[in-house]
Amino acid sequence: MLNFRKFRRMAVETGIGLALIGGLPAMAATPQTELLRWQQAAGQTGDAAKGQVFFGQRHGGEWSCASCHGQPPTRDNQHASTGKKIAALAPAFNAERLTDSAKVDKWFKRNCKDVLSRECTAIEKADVLAYLIGLK
Amino acid sequence: MPTQVPTVYKQECAACHMAYPPGMLPAPSWRRIMTGLDRHYGTDASLEPAQVQQVSAWLLANAGTYKRVREEPPEDRITRSAWFARKHREVDPAVWKRVSIKSAAQCSTCHTQAEQGNFDEHQVRIPR
Repeated sequence: MLNFRKFRRMAVETGIGLALIGGLPAMAATPQTELLRWQQAAGQTGDAAKGQVFFGQRHGGEWSCASCHGQPPTRDNQHASTGKKIAALAPAFNAERLTDSAKVDKWFKRNCKDVLSRECTAIEKADVLAYLIGLK
Repeated sequence: MPTQVPTVYKQECAACHMAYPPGMLPAPSWRRIMTGLDRHYGTDASLEPAQVQQVSAWLLANAGTYKRVREEPPEDRITRSAWFARKHREVDPAVWKRVSIKSAAQCSTCHTQAEQGNFDEHQVRIPR
């Protein structure tokens, strides 16, 4: 017989279960899961060599990714216009990097617009992440 | 600098430049800046609508009202304000061009306590 108390416990447990399923991927983002996310969206594997070229190139505008992040982006660098310190981008040199999907999305959106005057494609992001993760 | 600084101001605005004291620009300048964040001095600095709301409210509540700050500077740039030019008139133009200084936007290069809102000239150390 399903009494109220049992029902409530089941509901709570189901809720916790759903919260874990729903919450874990976002909480547990790693550079690898971020790379996988963009590879899945692109239907291709990220290419570190292509990512390296993309990162250092200007794309019709004044700046490349490296203008602010340096190349290789394994050390602190300076913002190209303000001079503000920008901490190392490669995750092997800065453990905070690529561990928050919302931040990854936000900065790709802003910075791609600054460098390419458009958003980056999924494969461009996968290539860049493959390059960044490969820096040791 | 107001004692209460929203986390979003430090996290978002101060990711690319110093957390400027709101009192350095008048309210109309901050209002224009906050309604054009996708074209922010050559970069896309867009925020979520709720964050824009929060930062704007704080900037406007603490905007400059002192007589010299009340004037809206060209391009809403702190560094184009008449008071800024006057305060820095003894600094030789060649000094600004030094690699170690690079940009007038980075107050803390010379104003060592700028991040704490202290621009006292006794704390100024101009890098070689």
